[in-house]
Amino acid sequence: MEWIFNPWPWYVGGLLLALILFLLLFFGKSFGMSSNLRTLCTICGAGKNTEFFKFDWKTQQWNLLVAAGAIIGGWIAANFLSTDPSVLIHEDTIAKLNQLNIKSAGTAYLPEELFGLDNFLKPKIFASLAFGGLLVGFGARYAGGCTSGHAISGLSNLQLVSLYAVIGFFIGGLFMNHFLLPYIL
Amino acid sequence: MRQVIFLFIGILFGIVMFKSEAASWFRIYEMFQFKSFHMYGIIGSALALGVVMIQLIKRYQLKSAFGEPIVIPDKTKSFYRYSLGGIIFGLGWGLSGACPGPIFTLLGAGFLPIAVVLVFAVVGTWIYGLLMDKLPH
Repeated sequence: MEWIFNPWPWYVGGLLLALILFLLLFFGKSFGMSSNLRTLCTICGAGKNTEFFKFDWKTQQWNLLVAAGAIIGGWIAANFLSTDPSVLIHEDTIAKLNQLNIKSAGTAYLPEELFGLDNFLKPKIFASLAFGGLLVGFGARYAGGCTSGHAISGLSNLQLVSLYAVIGFFIGGLFMNHFLLPYIL
Repeated sequence: MRQVIFLFIGILFGIVMFKSEAASWFRIYEMFQFKSFHMYGIIGSALALGVVMIQLIKRYQLKSAFGEPIVIPDKTKSFYRYSLGGIIFGLGWGLSGACPGPIFTLLGAGFLPIAVVLVFAVVGTWIYGLLMDKLPH
């Protein structure tokens, strides 16, 4: 049972993700988490003046339940299935992050410098998190899906356009990681 | 009532995202540094199994739990929206270290500042909806 409380290896994560993809297909749905962001816009009233958000959000209730489950699952995993949540990333990466003043690398699940309760309200940090969120929300809908919808669902269904999207994810991510983050952090 | 199954699938998803560390900002940073196989292993193995699974579903025309044929709609053909949208999403993924699934997981795990990312991701989606007619698709 010990293994449950340790971080799960990649093949367990990959196998279970494939199982989730299967379960959603088996119950007549498809895997795509960013659609929930659109549904949340509609619930907040975005359909009043924008055609894109005019739909009956109750048809997406199942996906909101998946998102609610993801929240509960995160709570269960963090509180009952983990002894030490530190993420043991590669030592070169830890050294690199230390240089960028992210000292919590290797000792935390998320960087304390960005997500710590004492830090996230600092104007520069708050602006970074907000801007990151804006890009994720805007980009996911423009691209018609996020990591689950394109990298897992779309590529599994051999959709060429999902390959364009995933290549885009990596171009954007690499550019942020190597050329912008050093100035932001 | 049968909708409750989706809550359980979500719970499993949340646990997997947290325990496999795919919800960790550090793992995403490390992935873009090409310093570990971990994230590539998760996505790659899920994808390899997914390709086989969907081929089998199509070949044997499997029915869903409710007796209906499983239909996986093809995505619309386009180059601009997927590549431009993908790049914008990637910039946000690299910065916030969270894609939409893990955002929910991290909220439940008690990292409340991730709510900033979530709220602005909703705002970003809203902005897309307002501008979509003016964007190349």
